[in-house]
Amino acid sequence: MTVLLERPPSPAKPVPAPRRRRRIPAHWWYLAPALALLITFTYVPVGNMVWYSFHKWDGLDVTMDPVGWDNYVRVFTDERYWRVFLVSLYYFVASFAQIAIALYFAVVLSFSTRFRNLFKGILFFPYLLNGVAVGFVFLYLFQPGGTLDTVLGHLGLGDHTRLWLGDPDVANLSLAGTSVWRFTGLSFVLFLGAIQSIPGEIYEAADLDGANRWHQFRYIIAPGIRRIISLSFILAISGSLAVFEIPFIMTGGANGTRTFVIQAYETAFQFRQIGLASAMAVVLLLLVLLVTWVQRRLLPDDEVSLS
Amino acid sequence: MSVRTVDPVAPRFARRRPLSGIAASGKYLSLVIASAVVLVPLVVVLFAAFKTHGEYSTTGPLTPPRDWLNFENFATAWSKGHMLRGFWNTTVILVISLVGTVFVGTLAAYAISRFSFALKRLVLGLFLVAALVPGVTTQVATYQIVKSMGLVNTPWSAVVLFLGTDIVSIYIFIQFMSSIPRSLDEAAVIDGANRFTVYRRIILPLMRPAIATVVIIKGIAIYNEFYIPFLYLRSPDLNVISTALFRFKGPYGAQWETIAACTMIVILPTVVIFLLLQRFIYNGVTAGATK
Repeated sequence: MTVLLERPPSPAKPVPAPRRRRRIPAHWWYLAPALALLITFTYVPVGNMVWYSFHKWDGLDVTMDPVGWDNYVRVFTDERYWRVFLVSLYYFVASFAQIAIALYFAVVLSFSTRFRNLFKGILFFPYLLNGVAVGFVFLYLFQPGGTLDTVLGHLGLGDHTRLWLGDPDVANLSLAGTSVWRFTGLSFVLFLGAIQSIPGEIYEAADLDGANRWHQFRYIIAPGIRRIISLSFILAISGSLAVFEIPFIMTGGANGTRTFVIQAYETAFQFRQIGLASAMAVVLLLLVLLVTWVQRRLLPDDEVSLS
Repeated sequence: MSVRTVDPVAPRFARRRPLSGIAASGKYLSLVIASAVVLVPLVVVLFAAFKTHGEYSTTGPLTPPRDWLNFENFATAWSKGHMLRGFWNTTVILVISLVGTVFVGTLAAYAISRFSFALKRLVLGLFLVAALVPGVTTQVATYQIVKSMGLVNTPWSAVVLFLGTDIVSIYIFIQFMSSIPRSLDEAAVIDGANRFTVYRRIILPLMRPAIATVVIIKGIAIYNEFYIPFLYLRSPDLNVISTALFRFKGPYGAQWETIAACTMIVILPTVVIFLLLQRFIYNGVTAGATK
């Protein structure tokens, strides 16, 4: 099929450069900018990061002291460093809530509903908002005597008010809740899209066979969106390991809310321990790659879909 | 790797029998509660933005402002937060990055989808694996590279990083390009066009829908990006929207009514864009996230 296109460019094209050496094939010129950027800003940093992680370096000195595996040992043994993994668990558990809420509303709105587009827009909208703005909106919501406390007061739950962001017992819950508020819209729209790509005739056939709504969900919708749901769980794992914006903006990592990325950021850019921070980043990267590899094994890309 | 598109037309099951009364009211009740959970946190901030300082400290957060035309906080936020500068910097970075992304991405996609060469699988693999590397993890090392290029504290640091770490766009372009029939290219080549003319005159104009998708999702992502400008654009003169808002909180920490106004200034463009481009945004987000 491509025979015609494989021919070298037509001889009519002027050739400005003197032909001392072999010409670089045209496709490399088309690829050059993308490849150069990709290598400079993804592969070289990853390579350097592995190199730094075996050294002690402040980022300025011309010499780096090789320290072997010391940085990795420290990441796994020093409580300050491995504890931040536990904070990820809050976000991971919260993402289950997020997926459940998103799935519920995607199913509800896939059936005819009044003001359907309005509800869809409202549920999705938070995902588009600027992260700093979301952080401030929720700082305002959670502040003592703020919106949340007032609403609880109106509902007769005034005794349950807390220092939502100051109390280490609940601060992570508040932040994880903010995360759910921000990202549910994305999962919701993805699920809704998957449900709507199931052909309508299948429902009509099911209707004729006397299937009720639960049957339709169980045997038509659920299998049809299995793939996107598993994908969401994988994204939830890597997402909860890489949480940064919301806790950094809202608490700066205080009160036990420091996440892995905040810790790595402070280690690298405030304490200038580039080697140690690199070791943390390598560990995180390996975890994310592992999760993705497991996903690829469990869910091959070419899985048959309903349609 | 299929792109699922969100169907913009009316619900597919419009003709289905209505739910029973209780189920239906449960459904609407849950929708209304969810909408309230989404909207109330935003609306109370809007309330606060219109209140005077005295009014803010004496009224509860759920009380609407007395005067809906009190734009004083917005004026303070706009001038003291240097929001004009923030919008200008964001716009410059946004435009250069988007134009760059479109050209770099479509050229690369053109090479991958229309040429066959020995190392193609390797190149494709390089792009695929890079998509798995989360940007936040590598900043420790990326920073050293950007620094050695002398780009820290120039807008170019943000531009090259937005260009260089973008793999999803290239995917969208490759996918769309493979749906353009090759017979078009071949006809043009027979008519004497060279390969670059084919790209410029035939492929690029036909790519418009994919370009629109990429511009929308990437535009929103750049507008909202916080970590890269925070790390690389330290000087206040280079504040973009996110960092301008973030740094505004320091000196105005106690004046929530001004911070609320500043937050609303940042949110407003998103609301407008969403209302105007809803359908494209749903499609773009779905195409971008399922890669």
